[in-house]
Amino acid sequence: MKSVIGQIKKMAGKIGFFRQVKEINAKYAKPKIKMTPMVKYALLLLRIYLIVLVLLLGYKFFTMIKGGVI
Amino acid sequence: MFGVKNGERLNLLASMYYRYRKLIRAIQIYLILAGPGILVMVADNDAGGITTYVATGARYHYDLIWFLILLGPIAYFVQEMTVRLGAVTKHGHAEAIFSAFGWFWGWFSFLDLALVNWLTLITEFIGMTTAAAIFGIPPALTVAIVILIMAFMVIQGRYWTWEKIALFFAAINLIYIPLAIYSQPRWDVVLKTGIIPHFPGGFTGTLFFFLMANIGTTIAPWMVFFQQSAVVDKGIKEKDISFGKLDTFIGSMFTVIVAVFIIIATHTLLPDVTDVQSAAQAAQQIMEQHSRLAGALLAIGLFDAGLLGAICISLSSSWAFGEVFGWAHSLNNKIREAPWFYGAYFFALITAGIVVLIPGAPLVLITLFVQVVAVTLLPAALVFLILLLNNDEIMGKYKNTLLQNIISWGTVILIIILSTLYGISVLFPGLFGV
Repeated sequence: MKSVIGQIKKMAGKIGFFRQVKEINAKYAKPKIKMTPMVKYALLLLRIYLIVLVLLLGYKFFTMIKGGVI
Repeated sequence: MFGVKNGERLNLLASMYYRYRKLIRAIQIYLILAGPGILVMVADNDAGGITTYVATGARYHYDLIWFLILLGPIAYFVQEMTVRLGAVTKHGHAEAIFSAFGWFWGWFSFLDLALVNWLTLITEFIGMTTAAAIFGIPPALTVAIVILIMAFMVIQGRYWTWEKIALFFAAINLIYIPLAIYSQPRWDVVLKTGIIPHFPGGFTGTLFFFLMANIGTTIAPWMVFFQQSAVVDKGIKEKDISFGKLDTFIGSMFTVIVAVFIIIATHTLLPDVTDVQSAAQAAQQIMEQHSRLAGALLAIGLFDAGLLGAICISLSSSWAFGEVFGWAHSLNNKIREAPWFYGAYFFALITAGIVVLIPGAPLVLITLFVQVVAVTLLPAALVFLILLLNNDEIMGKYKNTLLQNIISWGTVILIIILSTLYGISVLFPGLFGV
């Protein structure tokens, strides 16, 4: 398995995909927007919203497995 | 005395002529700048949207027309923000999120957009193939024709050409107006039952589900990304913002008019049907029970809606790809100048088309899953939009005013709550007593 992932990484490295992703991450490492209280609270609420949604999706997936649907 | 009067008359004529010339000039500029707003709004009535309106018309007759009319301003207030943001920053929404909120939110939005767009693209192909099947066209041929049309649109390497062809398809979307008139509804009943806000049969779980579904089709994540990128690609500048807003406003009127006329046509043509699963099924029923022409018009409209949706959605993805990875990403580029941009466009298009052709593919599950994935992205895209619009450094004098903030926050919170509840109701059917 490790060798397969390694191969994929090697191939991806050849087309520069991971290098490109690294460059993008470095370019946008720091958010440029001024972190006002409104921005901070909005981002916090978004995180909570997404966590709740992911938990709901996980619960649905679990109940589907339990019910033999999947 | 007489001379003075003549002079006044001449002045008046000169002033009227000046105003006339100014108006003509404004219309000419508008016609040059019009496009992204009308396209995004008309494409909003995509294959999934048409099915929602048909189902609403069958279930609630003309009673929810007032609600659809209210959705016009909601769509307008969200989309006009993308015009301002695109014109001022000259960046698409994906790039704007990366730049302002950092790579975490950037990748989240970008990957979510790519997934939800691809799934939505599949639903557009489902709409188109089922519509074409009514005329005996096999799905494989439909998929091939659609890909060829969409290849022809971008292969020219000119945004202008692409936009004019897309606007032509947008005009076909108005086919529902003659369809509704042809169905000969009783307009007094339409006005009497449709215009005054009320909840038919009380505020039941089913009604709530339908309201949520309609609002869910009004604003989709791709719309925000598409219009902002289109505004940038078209080269709309700060001074053109008012024309961009007008374009969006006219588009929002079109989207409401089409939705209302679909509801009118559906109930008038199928007065005894209350449960419709898809627009294609309704078209088939209309052909069998009413007239072949009316059913054919509905099917043509459904195909066109799917095509228009596919045109805009696939581009919103490839624009985002280009913005994030820094590839050339303009429709003004030839294919050899922007191979990755067009590669992403064709990859999404062809793979989505193939999925529809796979025998036994879980198409119903995909259709439902789209709603769920969309609600993971929509709140983020909308909240980022407002936060960016409130930033002094980015927007300068074009930032949101207090009134705009009240309207946009109110609208966005309403959309987030209702679309989230809709997504949850898809996950857990029966939750709202449907």
